[in-house]
Amino acid sequence: MQATFDQFKLRAEAVSAEVHRFPTRSAALEFILTYLQETGVADSPSCYAVWADCPFLRGLNKQQLAANVPGLTFDVTREKAAASKIGISQLDWAMASTGSLVQDSAPVERRLVSTLPNIHIAIVETSRILPDMPAVFSKVHPGRTNYISFITGPSRTADIERVLTIGVHGPEKLIIVFVDETGSVN
Amino acid sequence: MRKEFRESINTALQNPNLTGALGRFSEAYRVSRAKAYEGVDFEAVRTQIAERKGYAASHLDELTDRFTENMESRGAKVFRTDDPAKVREYILDLARKNDVKTIVKSKSMASEEIHLNPFLEKAGIEVRETDLGEWIVQLAGQRPSHMVMPAIHLTKEEVAGIFSDKVEEGQPPDIKKLVTFARGKLRGKFLAAEMGITGANIAVAETGTLVIVTNEGNARLVSTLPKIHVAIVGIEKLVAEFADVVPILTALPRSATAQLLTSYLSIISGPVPNTDGTPKQLHIILMDNRRTEMSHDPKFKQALQCVRCASCLNVCPVFRLVGGHVFGKIYTGGIGTILTAWFDALKASDEIQSLCIQCGNCTEMCPGKIDIPGLILELRRRIAVEKGQTIAQKAIFSVVNNRRLFHSMLRTASLAQKPLKKDGFIRHLPFFLSDMTEFRSLPAIADVPLRDHFTKIEQPECKEKAAFYSGCLIDFAYPEMGESVIKILNKAGIKVTFPEGQTCCGAPARFSGAYEVAAKNAEDNINALLTEDVQYVVSACPTCTVALKHDFIANFESLGKTESLPHARQLAAKVYDFSSLVKKLVEEGRLTFKQGKELGKVTYHDSCHLKRTLRASEPPRELLTKAGYEISEMYEADMCCGMGGSYSLKLPEISAPILERKLTNIKDTGAATVAMDCPGCVMQIRGGLDKNGAKIKVEHTAQLLAEELE
Repeated sequence: MQATFDQFKLRAEAVSAEVHRFPTRSAALEFILTYLQETGVADSPSCYAVWADCPFLRGLNKQQLAANVPGLTFDVTREKAAASKIGISQLDWAMASTGSLVQDSAPVERRLVSTLPNIHIAIVETSRILPDMPAVFSKVHPGRTNYISFITGPSRTADIERVLTIGVHGPEKLIIVFVDETGSVN
Repeated sequence: MRKEFRESINTALQNPNLTGALGRFSEAYRVSRAKAYEGVDFEAVRTQIAERKGYAASHLDELTDRFTENMESRGAKVFRTDDPAKVREYILDLARKNDVKTIVKSKSMASEEIHLNPFLEKAGIEVRETDLGEWIVQLAGQRPSHMVMPAIHLTKEEVAGIFSDKVEEGQPPDIKKLVTFARGKLRGKFLAAEMGITGANIAVAETGTLVIVTNEGNARLVSTLPKIHVAIVGIEKLVAEFADVVPILTALPRSATAQLLTSYLSIISGPVPNTDGTPKQLHIILMDNRRTEMSHDPKFKQALQCVRCASCLNVCPVFRLVGGHVFGKIYTGGIGTILTAWFDALKASDEIQSLCIQCGNCTEMCPGKIDIPGLILELRRRIAVEKGQTIAQKAIFSVVNNRRLFHSMLRTASLAQKPLKKDGFIRHLPFFLSDMTEFRSLPAIADVPLRDHFTKIEQPECKEKAAFYSGCLIDFAYPEMGESVIKILNKAGIKVTFPEGQTCCGAPARFSGAYEVAAKNAEDNINALLTEDVQYVVSACPTCTVALKHDFIANFESLGKTESLPHARQLAAKVYDFSSLVKKLVEEGRLTFKQGKELGKVTYHDSCHLKRTLRASEPPRELLTKAGYEISEMYEADMCCGMGGSYSLKLPEISAPILERKLTNIKDTGAATVAMDCPGCVMQIRGGLDKNGAKIKVEHTAQLLAEELE
């Protein structure tokens, strides 16, 4: 597991993603909440944070969380997502060979929170790192969902003078949060 | 060649932003592409792609039906048509029915192929490209100059100017700020648009699936925010099974942008819910536009294996000088020339096909294993058949095809040039020929051609015999190269003969599309070379070697001259290029190098045909090293020198800057000598160095080895 994690981290960081790893869900949650506060998430346009429903949230008191962090909402609409600084979602798999994250994205809120805000925080269970594309396609298959997304680093372009520039239409920051503790996933 | 076309070439060549950006990119591309492929067996991957896409190209109808059935079973609409007009009408009709006022698009070559944007705009619908490069080009009212990097010809200052003029005044030439500006401006369009149009990189029949790759995230927004998603897909994007996407997704990002994977990959297999909970309207337009017809053409079917990575543009020595605009059409570069001939019209490729110098770089890099230069030659042939040869071409070939006339003309030329000759170079030629020496000196025609001098060369009696095929350049300009070959083979116990009936190898005719002429050359040569009982047929010109070994056969095959094939094959089996034969003789212990020689630094230039058709880049290096030379590799050693046979006469304005790069790379090694195996390259490079006064020796490998063997 450590070797695949290391390979994933190497690849993901090479495409400008941030990679963090926590042993427990509570440690990961604390990191995320602190990050939201430090980044200035607030209850005003362009400062919101939107969190798409996911297994990580199971059993947590969402109302309480939203009350503690003004501007954080679990009710994802396109208007809210477009006015958010941060979007949070859980991804189903990680692919070590390219540092990519993989998700069944048929529910639209998963795509809204990971594309419209400036920053995307992506939660993944550490045990769900797979080595490569064939391994991923043995787990996610188009026969079972109408929209599968692979996300590899933040949005980027090199269209002006071939200079790599991060953050075009999607997020300019991708923060990947691995959680070792199992049971927080579907 | 029309004046307008020549002018567009010159305009491109004189645009330092374009040539600078493309030049730097092509250099960086090779390095980063190689890095992206580390740990990946490119040959295995592209063999898989060629096989899977080749299969799809022979089963287009069946795959279309399966794709349609699968997609429609989940609620999408699939519309297949051969007619670009019907694609446009379908989209307009759909837009009108749904009261669409704004459309956002992510990159789709297929939509550009059918000129969709102007059609919809004329109907009063706002169409916004959202890929940054495409948006810039759209605002500027231009055409993309590169398939993957549409705005590579523009500087940040020009982009800032375009944004300031067309969108909002006062934009600074700061790339990060320009990107942020574009994000802000286009965000509103994404949110407001009622329809989104994308292309697709792959369409899977087995599962009814579209695969779309982007880096900016625009395809993700285009397929998420508007309530209608239309995907325009060329039917060559179909593959049979979902597993087929793996090799394509392994190669496409690596070859296109040297990435392991693009930032976003969307795999769409049916309608998904909209943000208001309604199901999305998903329409897939499978566009044929002559692709089926192409799949029935035995030669051009392979062009459907293209994954649109544009690596053939990135490694092309000509494209990096002229860029995409000279192609005048949507698809550019090598593959673009071929696609234009089909999607537009054969005659639309008449001029642009002449840009190909036939160096073969693109084929080496193509993830679809498409023989791009071979197909361009085939276009040339078909165009030549359709419109016939020009009078000048006819005159040349009637001479080339008449051995006696050809040779006596060359002899006459040797006398006529006398007053012009100095140090073995022609510096000034009269009349129209003067253009030919503008950027390089031409060799003087030898006083006595090799064929006339041959009988006077003393040779020992040997058990084995080799027939020497000289080719025009060695025969008439560089007989000394031939003499070196004879000397070396004699040392191995091989007597060399010079079959008198040999004539032009046919390459000039073939490269002009005049296959009948080339076939006549082939027949004459086969007769001449097979009459003598020899063990080897050797040539010191790689282009001639390729003709003898491969092209005679290919020519007969394409002309259906099956009766000539057995003799062509019999000849091919005996044919060797100089270095490969000498390497074999050294390995057999029949040739030994003098011991302990330190001959100094040489740099080696790979000739296109030797490296990429004959696959013999190592033998000359190995032989030179064994002789005692130290090889100092030049940058881009295997990049074309710009000769390309008659190419350098037809397009000297392109040949010259290609040569210029080569000369710089040679000089940068600091070597006193540059070696190569091709007399054509010697002519180009020696002439170039002479013209610019550099004192670097340019030698055929045979000449460097002749004195170094026991």
